Amino acid sequence: MAFLDIENLRKSYGANTVVQHFELAATRGEFVSFLGPSGCGKTTTLRMVAGFETPSAGTIRIDGKDVTGLRPNQRKIGMVFQSYALFPNMTVAQNVAYGLKIAKWPAAEITQRVEEMLRLIKLPKLGDRYPYQLSGGQQQRVALARAIAVKPQILLLDEPLSALDAKIRVSLREEIRGIQRDLGITTIYVTHDQEEALSMSDRIAVMNEGRVEQIGTPFEIYNFPRTRFVASFVGTLSILSGRVTDPVGGKIEIDGQQVIAARGLADAGVGEIRSVALRPEAVSLGAAVEGRNHMQGVIEEVSFLGAIVRIRVRFKDNAISFDTFNNPSVAAPERGSSVTIGFAQEDLLVLADA
Amino acid sequence: MKRNRFGAWLALAIGVIYFFVPLIATFEFSLRLRRGTYSFDAYSIVLGDPQFQATFGYSTIMALATIVVGTLLVVPTAYWIQLRLPRLRPLVEFITLLPLVIPAIVLVFGYLRIYNSSSWLPMTGSVWSTNLLLVFGYVTLALPYMYRAVDTGLRSIDVRSLTEAAESLGAGWPKILFTVILPNIRPAILSGAFLTFAIVIGEFTMASLLNRPAFGPYLQLVGANRAYEPSALAIIAFFITWACMGLIQVFGRGARGSSADTR
Repeated sequence: MAFLDIENLRKSYGANTVVQHFELAATRGEFVSFLGPSGCGKTTTLRMVAGFETPSAGTIRIDGKDVTGLRPNQRKIGMVFQSYALFPNMTVAQNVAYGLKIAKWPAAEITQRVEEMLRLIKLPKLGDRYPYQLSGGQQQRVALARAIAVKPQILLLDEPLSALDAKIRVSLREEIRGIQRDLGITTIYVTHDQEEALSMSDRIAVMNEGRVEQIGTPFEIYNFPRTRFVASFVGTLSILSGRVTDPVGGKIEIDGQQVIAARGLADAGVGEIRSVALRPEAVSLGAAVEGRNHMQGVIEEVSFLGAIVRIRVRFKDNAISFDTFNNPSVAAPERGSSVTIGFAQEDLLVLADA
Repeated sequence: MKRNRFGAWLALAIGVIYFFVPLIATFEFSLRLRRGTYSFDAYSIVLGDPQFQATFGYSTIMALATIVVGTLLVVPTAYWIQLRLPRLRPLVEFITLLPLVIPAIVLVFGYLRIYNSSSWLPMTGSVWSTNLLLVFGYVTLALPYMYRAVDTGLRSIDVRSLTEAAESLGAGWPKILFTVILPNIRPAILSGAFLTFAIVIGEFTMASLLNRPAFGPYLQLVGANRAYEPSALAIIAFFITWACMGLIQVFGRGARGSSADTR
């Protein structure tokens, strides 16, 4: 049985529906990310789980109990905000102890728990500092400690790393994931950063315009995107348009050149126009190899990015971008030169929507 | 540029002269009670006057009561408007500005019509209820200043995130208001409180028409019957007002960890 069960969740403001038919079953201790662009409904969904927004329809169950109608202070949640939301009038220790005092823990246990939390976030000596005396990364760690000190059923994080610089983000997300794993708290993490979602999550719910496009593991989301949006939002992608010539054989003609997709065309009709996609790491330069797809094109653009050389090859109406490693002993290909590119039949992704 | 600077300095000089010359003249006059020499005799007489002590004490108590009632009224209201009903802000701001355009005498006459001793709620029928009426009148008079001060304080903190953070940790509304919101807008409340104090101490119309022994009517009485003492009283009143303004500046600098540091 799912620990967090969200069924048919919907949120509308008047005629504007910002979240529609959201469903998720998360197991105990699972780390699920809501990933999507701004305005896709991910934060609204999180806020409904927290109780700060009232759903227009649907139910939310935590450990079998229907919490849909409960206020946030009745749900035993812990929440970490993008703006940290530390109480400026309290020290670090007082911030961490706040929820424990509300829950009327004995004073000795509060002290012990606060010390434990400060050790967990590696700030054992900063209990007497005020938030304004801490860096952004330290403040966010204190916010995390405050949220988990009360032993919540669910931990909710709303883009907690967005306000931090890139290096701190990378180190802090590893810390957050490590702490979450050690404590085994079911966690919902909202982000628009695909790298965060891919590196931290057990599963990702990719959202767009209020709808869930796909829910799956990072591996599934990246390698087997079900829709054009998921394919283009998660990782970089070259999308090509072709005409199906042999659905059973998986054959599709792109700009007059025939290639084969290992899966995804069986339900298409002959002559139907379909979109296919290729990840840059799936494409290689070089002569045709039996068993692989190959296409002839002209190099349109070469961008030297240091360790990476990004190349765009134009066919007729379609183009592909891919990366190769920089090799000082081999000159980069020149613009305008004819090339052959190759890719495996399994790597040609057929997109559900044309 | 030089011409602009000269103009600015000239305007400042004219303003300073316009303000300070009468003040200096008043102070100088207040020192002339003893013929032939400057002395603080007028101040000694005033400060030693039992009526001065009684009326100043009464007005101080009224001011403190006004501050408490005003805070209890304004803080939850401004908080609720900020958090849940931001669309009502323009209406509430308009209402809080009404005391600036409606004269105090109109307010008092309204009170006397509604709460006189033969009405359904005869609040002017006893001393304590008349005092209460006066406090309510003062709360109304100070409302524009108290509301504005508190609203400014609330706008300088992230009210919504702090409230939600506290609520996610299990706190209810009263707990959130007293443990999170109030401490973080304390400078704003104190600013409003000192403004209220300055207004109430010198208020005349309401206290006089409700026949209360306040400092404002005492000032008017002394002014009508004495020569040098009114000048001394005017200087004392100015000093009290400036002290309140100074304390506003001190407390208005904000508490540690204000929103500017943490947002």
